[in-house]
Amino acid sequence: MTSSVYSDGATSVLLCGVGGQGTILAADILAKTVCASGDVVKLSEIHGMAQRGGSVTTDVRFGKYVNSMVCCQGSCDAILAFETTEALRNISYLRDGGMLIVNDQSIKPLPVLTGDSVMPEEPESQLRAYGGKLIPAQDIAQKTGSIKTANVVLLGALSTSLLYEQRVWEEQISASVPKGTEAMNIAAFRAGRAFVQNIHD
Amino acid sequence: MHANRYLLKLNIICMQRYSLTCTAVRSPEQHHFERGHMELLSGNQAIAQGAWEAGCQIGVAYPGTPSTETMETFAKLPDVYAEWAPNEKVAVEVGAGASAAGTRVLATMKHVGVNVAADPLFTLAYTGVGGGMLILTADDPGMHSSQNEQDNHFYARAAHIPMLEPSDSQEAHDMAKVAFELSERFDLPFFIRSTVRISHAKSPVEVGERENFTPKQYKKNPAKWVMMPAFAIGRRASLDQRVDAVTAWADETPLNRIVPGDGSDDGDIGVICTGAIYQYVRDALPEARILKLGVTWPLPKLKIQNFAFGVKHLYVVEEASTYLSEQVRALGIKLDQPENPLPRDGELDPWAIQIAFGKRVPTHTDTPEDLPARPPALCAGCPHRPVFRELGRLHAIVVGDIGCYTLGALPPLSAMDTTLCMGASVSMGHGFELALHHTEHRPIVSVIGDSTFGHSGLESLLGTVYNSGIGTICILDNRTTAMTGQQGDMFNGITLQHRPTRELNMAQVVRALGVDDVEEINPNNIKAVREALQRATKADDRLSVLIFRSPCVQLKDSFVRQKPLHVDEEKCTTCGVCVSIGCPALSSDLDSGIAHIDEVQCVGCKQCQQYCAFHAIKED
Repeated sequence: MTSSVYSDGATSVLLCGVGGQGTILAADILAKTVCASGDVVKLSEIHGMAQRGGSVTTDVRFGKYVNSMVCCQGSCDAILAFETTEALRNISYLRDGGMLIVNDQSIKPLPVLTGDSVMPEEPESQLRAYGGKLIPAQDIAQKTGSIKTANVVLLGALSTSLLYEQRVWEEQISASVPKGTEAMNIAAFRAGRAFVQNIHD
Repeated sequence: MHANRYLLKLNIICMQRYSLTCTAVRSPEQHHFERGHMELLSGNQAIAQGAWEAGCQIGVAYPGTPSTETMETFAKLPDVYAEWAPNEKVAVEVGAGASAAGTRVLATMKHVGVNVAADPLFTLAYTGVGGGMLILTADDPGMHSSQNEQDNHFYARAAHIPMLEPSDSQEAHDMAKVAFELSERFDLPFFIRSTVRISHAKSPVEVGERENFTPKQYKKNPAKWVMMPAFAIGRRASLDQRVDAVTAWADETPLNRIVPGDGSDDGDIGVICTGAIYQYVRDALPEARILKLGVTWPLPKLKIQNFAFGVKHLYVVEEASTYLSEQVRALGIKLDQPENPLPRDGELDPWAIQIAFGKRVPTHTDTPEDLPARPPALCAGCPHRPVFRELGRLHAIVVGDIGCYTLGALPPLSAMDTTLCMGASVSMGHGFELALHHTEHRPIVSVIGDSTFGHSGLESLLGTVYNSGIGTICILDNRTTAMTGQQGDMFNGITLQHRPTRELNMAQVVRALGVDDVEEINPNNIKAVREALQRATKADDRLSVLIFRSPCVQLKDSFVRQKPLHVDEEKCTTCGVCVSIGCPALSSDLDSGIAHIDEVQCVGCKQCQQYCAFHAIKED
């Protein structure tokens, strides 16, 4: 039996990315889906200075009972990464056998833009070596309506591994996204699900 | 028991299938609560909701992470008045007046805001309250968005203000709701202390109805309200009695309770803890018997002593502080030390607690070492950027302040020498001038934002003017309190509940304070920025105030996004100057060195275009 830092039996999902990518909205939809399905949730996010284009993480823990609101090293059942460098940065949070879902986008941080640092070499193959599933979320989102729904594509990819019903997910997406974009977001969600299901097949 | 309460909540959700809505977007008309209604709320939202349910009518605050959403949420609830104050001291004083006059009041601030408000707070414990008064101190262990990691437990003890401390959103709601009656019962203002992991963590909350609170009648009573020595001496004696009463209550209240361990070795390990740490200890040390403190000042002495007798090994687990362990030791109780010391600074989590207690933690993959850092940066098109770029060219000593513009300290701009606290740029700049006046020195330039200037820069400027100080002060007026989320401030004419007010003319205000050399500049005009700074810093006989006014790019109502620019690759000489201004929309190709503009991020500010000597950056 592997050791655990938690005794509450809850599931831990870490969402990570770059400020402005829609991680907070995605985490909110996940949390609301959990609640609407009858489970409890705790979601912890960081605001303020950390948001100005910096690395962002949102911790979501859920199940029948939840103590801690934070994710720990070696303890996440899933990491949903919106960007490849951030996936690598947070890899230490993944538990042995945990699921790693990564948007295949790489965003250069300011030190790289100014030539003071370099991006990691072949991040995608590094991530695959950790068992990561690379999702072309931007491409999928573009095809289903708008590149802005890439975060919902990624949620779709995550959703296939959680026990909550597709109907509940879609109700919560409709209730959370801007008015008029409901159908587009649900299409993005379904495309994300289908993409992962095809990998499995 | 805690677990049962969660199960109860779970059953409520399952049986009644209440839908979750977000308070932040709920209009007053939609605001009707049923008993048992569950909402997914952050700790901040829950405190606002709890205060509202207690019949709290007035809210006053200065925004500051991680406290800000508390007052923003409160302001949107029906039948309340809420305002931004220029600073936390003013917020508490407005609150003190409203409380004395009989209403229930909520004042919210971040941990360092309590420093600013400390003057009224210490004496407010002497006067006591009329209507109940609750003050949120939102602490920031780990310093996610703050200049220090101070533990405001020490304020509760020093100022004799009882402190409630929730462990999740439900408790934040429940404690805020009960605090007003407690405040009135003990005739003391109450603190509620949160940390980032409470304020910014969401969990389900059972919300309730609003209590109909009838404001108390104000009666003139100088012995209570006039804190001159003759009366203060009396109130000091009264304070001791009130503290005795609240200390006795702390030993009785179920807010301080014992939570048994999982039975594996109950009675062996006992842990005293509070706040988010309680949740971590539950996870990391399930066998431990826990004394969960919901009141962290005054401490429940008997409960702590009895708890200590009942366990073989007693520990205090606390975050970035020694407050609790010192207080427990002061009761004459010996504490055991974990196998490995707990971290002295930064946030705790279950993992860190397990390491300290010598438990086997899960293995993990190490983060690759060669990853580029991703620090926060000024936005694409930020009007602050040219000022810092030009200050860097001047090799000025830049005396900075607190706001988005503190990011001007980071590469590639690297144009800030000091940051201390709100408003310090102006007064520290005066100090630099005093110390270096008779020596050859680089130009000294203070840099402060509009909201920070309204917070405490005005008094600093008054002192410099009065003492005939010289130097250059740049007010970066982006028409908002940007970093905390674009709140209204003293100058921009936007109030918290969108009540009518007046926009202040910053230049007129500065002139009225006695500054003769005042200039207003559009910071997006590089030449104008450079000339103004050169002129002001060359003068060594006067005080110059330069007001750089341009709206924050995040302001949806006043910032107008222009068409993105692009690079003419034929003309780009790969000199790298444009990239060196540190705009996140600009990069250069690793191999060719040719500059590139990201069309999605570019807002068309044309700052980079003005820096390109080869006219390679084009508008169409």
